[in-house]
Amino acid sequence: VALAAQLSLSLAECPGTGSAQAGRAAACQGCPNQGLCAAGAAGPDPAEAAELRARLRAVRHTVLVLSGKGGVGKSTFSALLAHGLAADETKQVALLDIDICGPSIPKIMGLEGEQVHQSGSGWSPVYVEENLGVMSVGFLLSSPDDAVIWRGPKKNGLIKQFLRDVDWGEVDYLIVDTPPGTSDEHLSIVQYLSASHIDGAVIVTTPQEVSLQDVRKEINFCRKVKLPIIGVVENMSGFVCPKCKNESQIFPPTTGGAEKMCQNLNVSLLGKVPLDPQIGRSCDRGQSFLAEAPESPATLSYRNIIQRIQEYCEQHHFQEEKIM
Amino acid sequence: ALAERANLAGVQHILLVLSGKGGVGKSTISTELALALRNAGKRVGILDVDLCGPSIPRMLRVQDSAVHQCDSGWVPVFVGQDKAIALMSIGFLLERPDDAVVWRGPKKNALIKQFVTDVAWGDLDFLIVDTPPGTSDEHISTVEALRPFQLLGAILVTTPQ
Repeated sequence: VALAAQLSLSLAECPGTGSAQAGRAAACQGCPNQGLCAAGAAGPDPAEAAELRARLRAVRHTVLVLSGKGGVGKSTFSALLAHGLAADETKQVALLDIDICGPSIPKIMGLEGEQVHQSGSGWSPVYVEENLGVMSVGFLLSSPDDAVIWRGPKKNGLIKQFLRDVDWGEVDYLIVDTPPGTSDEHLSIVQYLSASHIDGAVIVTTPQEVSLQDVRKEINFCRKVKLPIIGVVENMSGFVCPKCKNESQIFPPTTGGAEKMCQNLNVSLLGKVPLDPQIGRSCDRGQSFLAEAPESPATLSYRNIIQRIQEYCEQHHFQEEKIM
Repeated sequence: ALAERANLAGVQHILLVLSGKGGVGKSTISTELALALRNAGKRVGILDVDLCGPSIPRMLRVQDSAVHQCDSGWVPVFVGQDKAIALMSIGFLLERPDDAVVWRGPKKNALIKQFVTDVAWGDLDFLIVDTPPGTSDEHISTVEALRPFQLLGAILVTTPQ
């Protein structure tokens, strides 16, 4: 008997350790956690959900930045989205980094070495600008090279703390940067934020099929957990040589790139951003690429994409208000 | 325990390919290394423990293959020009290639243990283990499961920035 048939039953999704079905669903058979889950709470802790809801009540819009594939520019994009939105001084922006093993946001935002302070109202985010606050596990490490070697449950605990204990205050936009994959961090953030609401997800990719195949899985993840997809951003999409102005495809879109994938899966392509070595340089130096290279074609692309995301969020909010 | 010893007992060296950072070329290097070692006449296997984003099957153009069982366990898929590189990946176990594997740690750990103990690798000079980015469940479980065997060491992959 082909093994795949046997295993396809056990490949059904984990209902979630906090779900009412925890330990009891068909997919739980054979899972080493089954006993713990079945013996645990009958469902998500209502007191906890209430706590999260209260803390997140003052957040108007939440955007998750996802991929599936690593190294495509999620953190870069999250940081630039935050900078772009915070350029409007009347908006309060929060950037939450839930990549526990590889937190890039402190370096990209120029905040390495900063620490988190506690006050009566909770943990204080680290402020880049008056209207742009950041939180990351990176700020909790004694040394930037310390490895956070944690299994899922411990990571989930910290993510919950980030949402429950950080005093973000009134926030117009909460941007959540995630690690690659479709695992604990992603399930947890969607679960915990269900206490509030998520406007949608921005999915980042690069043009080659090896990236797209992981990104299609991420799109399916979003559909499975009913997370709206704002759209897809294709990074590293072509390179224009500053000397000879010739364009090269460093990551050739052998299967049609994000454009074809978006057509096939009926999701919006928010934009394509070309490779610009200044992007990597700005990230390493903790400076905003948008500010350092305002004339770059990549900056123009990013700004267009950021505007489309803003429009989506505002429209979404307007529709919700109409319903209410 | 006897079966466990048997399945990896014929493997001379186990190499982990790690990074921490995603998208730096771990799977690419794992694949090229396997092909190069095979070209040099070695017996090679690849174990892909990236459960959320398994890249190796597509890189070796076997994404539509299926896994079968034999007396000593699961039979790896044989890839490469002479079909002599043994490969195991969750990619072969998905009903559809775009299916997301949305598992929490404990379930990932269980499958990784199975990949290590239940795959009939046979006699290999090198088993290359491709990993996902990070330092979490997959990495802890893989190292724990491989500890009793000939773990040669880790190759770390990065990019310049």
